[in-house]
Amino acid sequence: MYFKKSGKYFIAKKVDNFFIGLNDALQFVLRFFKEVFRPPYEIKEIIRQCYQVGYQSLFLITLTGFITGLVFTKQSRPSLAEFGAASWLPSLVAIAIIRALAPLVTALIAAGKVGSNIGAELGSMKVTEQIDAMEVSAVNPFKFLVVSRVLATTLMVPMLMCYTGFVGMLGAYLNVHQNEMTSFVSFFQAAFDKISFLDIFASLIKSIVYGFTIGIVGCYKGFHATNGTEGVGKAANSSVVLSMFLIFIEEILLVQITNSFRP
Amino acid sequence: MEIETNNIDGVGFMIHIRDLYKSFGDNHVLQGIDLDVHNKENVVVLGRSGTGKSVLIKIICGLLKPDNGLVEVLGKEVDKLNDRELRELRLQVGFSFQNSALYDSMTVRENLAFPLVRNARHLSKKEVSQQIESVLNDVGLSQTINQMPSELSGGQRKRIGIARTLILRPQIMLYDEPTSGLDPITSIEINNLINHVRHKFNTTSIIITHDLTCAKSTGDKVVMLYDGKFIKQGTFGEVFSTDDERIQNFYKYNFID
Repeated sequence: MYFKKSGKYFIAKKVDNFFIGLNDALQFVLRFFKEVFRPPYEIKEIIRQCYQVGYQSLFLITLTGFITGLVFTKQSRPSLAEFGAASWLPSLVAIAIIRALAPLVTALIAAGKVGSNIGAELGSMKVTEQIDAMEVSAVNPFKFLVVSRVLATTLMVPMLMCYTGFVGMLGAYLNVHQNEMTSFVSFFQAAFDKISFLDIFASLIKSIVYGFTIGIVGCYKGFHATNGTEGVGKAANSSVVLSMFLIFIEEILLVQITNSFRP
Repeated sequence: MEIETNNIDGVGFMIHIRDLYKSFGDNHVLQGIDLDVHNKENVVVLGRSGTGKSVLIKIICGLLKPDNGLVEVLGKEVDKLNDRELRELRLQVGFSFQNSALYDSMTVRENLAFPLVRNARHLSKKEVSQQIESVLNDVGLSQTINQMPSELSGGQRKRIGIARTLILRPQIMLYDEPTSGLDPITSIEINNLINHVRHKFNTTSIIITHDLTCAKSTGDKVVMLYDGKFIKQGTFGEVFSTDDERIQNFYKYNFID
């Protein structure tokens, strides 16, 4: 009894719980890869989820993407102008947006908007026994709920990333046009002059990884929700926190990998 | 709809449980349960809240794993089945949840179609519609077909929940607190529906409840669960004619004026 109250006990329990949780999460990810290729396929549900993911994030992504491009250009101008390099602004902005800002901004917005929604929705289904109801009806809830949502986020986040990149570049163009009266065509020619295939390909890969992370974390947290409505709130909250944390870790790793391919 | 079944003969046990144990941490919920349910028999499991009644039926349909003991349903040992075999067994076992567990984002029609179209893929759209209408007629709620679950009353939700399980034509029905949270008149309607389902669909049922009216009107056999064990089994009259204080207290507080 005395041992149970000691600090060592709590540390041991925490470490134990961490590894049990990690194993659980890995099993969940492995189950996704096992189920995703196994028929029957829930095509209608996947399309519905794709629409949900795109529709839910579109307004926020338009706004944040545009503002990011505009503000980044505005803030970068004085430093470049100091060295007489204001003409490099379009290519600098394009590199920043396509390599880093568009994938990250899209992923963070999607984690907040879509990840929390998935966590809350599945969490609520879990605590009201709707997931159990699917199981006892001889329907595979993992396939219907998890596979469709993870596929939807994995497919839609890269598309949203392309869109973010586009509106971000529009924001940047607006600022450049205001100051230098650069034409639309000249701006985009200058911008894409320094963009390589590797930049676009790496961003797409990053977005796929982020999309998968957002979907799988939201589903995992929702699927393991407990304790009624409080558990639903926790599932939604931890979906966002954990996906954002993982996205930043993945960003560091993927940037290192991409840079190793650069000449 | 024709779904492959694993019928056992009319005199065999549909459900056969021996020495069943289940604990959650230090909470020993079931401590050596034995139960046999015959074909077309209605068995009521009575007991106070938190005594493990729902855990028992969740083990029967494979939602929970037992710690120890034998659980055979339609001649198959439930915790030894693989995923595919368990899904096949679940086609024969309907489960009506305490809170109905209707899918919030779907209409009544979609709720009923959901298990049907996924388990009987050969059915045409027209056949699916016919089966939905037929089962809604059985529970007396044809008019709710396009409504959302949030638009239904508690009693209606229970009925739709039962209809959703009936649409797969199960041989066994498991009812988890079918009358909890309902007014006395609606409770009687649900009791009548349970009896109607039994006669029309020839189902074997386990009804989990603490409502003695429900137990009396639906059960052929009543078993009393107390401290994780069955302390008495028999007909309603036999169970409550005992001098056992634990059973008498349960009876007294159910009909308190």
